[in-house]
Amino acid sequence: MKSLAELSALRDKMRDKIAIREGNSTTRIVVGMATCGIAAGARPVLTAFVDKIAKAGLTDAITVTQTGCIGICQYEPVVEIHEAGKEKVTYVKMTPEKAARVFEEHIQGGKIVAEYTIGDADVKK
Amino acid sequence: MKELSLNILDIVQNSISAGAKNIAITLSEDHKGILTLTVADDGRGMDADEVSNVTNPFYTTRTTREVGLGIPLIKLAAEQTGGTFDIKSAIGKGTTLTAIFDTKHIDCLPVGDITATMTTLIMGAPDVDFTLSHTAPGGNVSLSTRMMRDVLGDISLADVEVIQWVREYLTEQYHNFGGAK
Repeated sequence: MKSLAELSALRDKMRDKIAIREGNSTTRIVVGMATCGIAAGARPVLTAFVDKIAKAGLTDAITVTQTGCIGICQYEPVVEIHEAGKEKVTYVKMTPEKAARVFEEHIQGGKIVAEYTIGDADVKK
Repeated sequence: MKELSLNILDIVQNSISAGAKNIAITLSEDHKGILTLTVADDGRGMDADEVSNVTNPFYTTRTTREVGLGIPLIKLAAEQTGGTFDIKSAIGKGTTLTAIFDTKHIDCLPVGDITATMTTLIMGAPDVDFTLSHTAPGGNVSLSTRMMRDVLGDISLADVEVIQWVREYLTEQYHNFGGAK
């Protein structure tokens, strides 16, 4: 059974790392989590990113945050990728499967998945 | 919304936006299958005028769009089962929302993934204290971020490893849970 004692062990493990962690995060994934985003399926998209980050052991380098409605409800779930020194990339109509691909190709591989971005005509239809 | 847990995720965002420090989410199911959801916060609260407007889909405090569907959607989800919806609020005192569902009704949405709702909420507002209490004749599930915080000290609850712990902690409890899912 999971217990609070286990959480205490986790704390001790993380204390050692916290010095390295602070201010070290270079990539920020922002998921829209207003009524429109939630209804369109933003929650499993967020979970998919968190799982990928945990599996890849990149919890120090990448943070996942949530935002409210940014006014493009028809394109939800919307995900923005903010990387230091680069322009923001906005992905629209996301799914957990698309999130996995964005994580592997864009965040890890450095190559934007153009067909999922808001600028792509196929996504806008 | 496909499941009540998504309605809950959505309306709790209102409590967070209202500056709540403590948010209590309670789901209680009786032996007749009547499920009562309450969300109680200590946010800034609303005056009588605002309370009377919140169920109107064309009322919203936001500026990015002109509709606010969170409250109307959960009200609909409750009323379509023959249940009720109520919201009580006072400026400076916080807001308590109560929705009652008949889980035996064919139009009652499944409760769904409360675990994912809790992890999403904690990640989004790691400084807010959440409590979850889900009780049914067959068992109960609970979580208190205050208790977690006491153990974790200055470590953020939004940390991915902490979130994974919350997920496993609740998943285990739901595994043995006998109520509506």
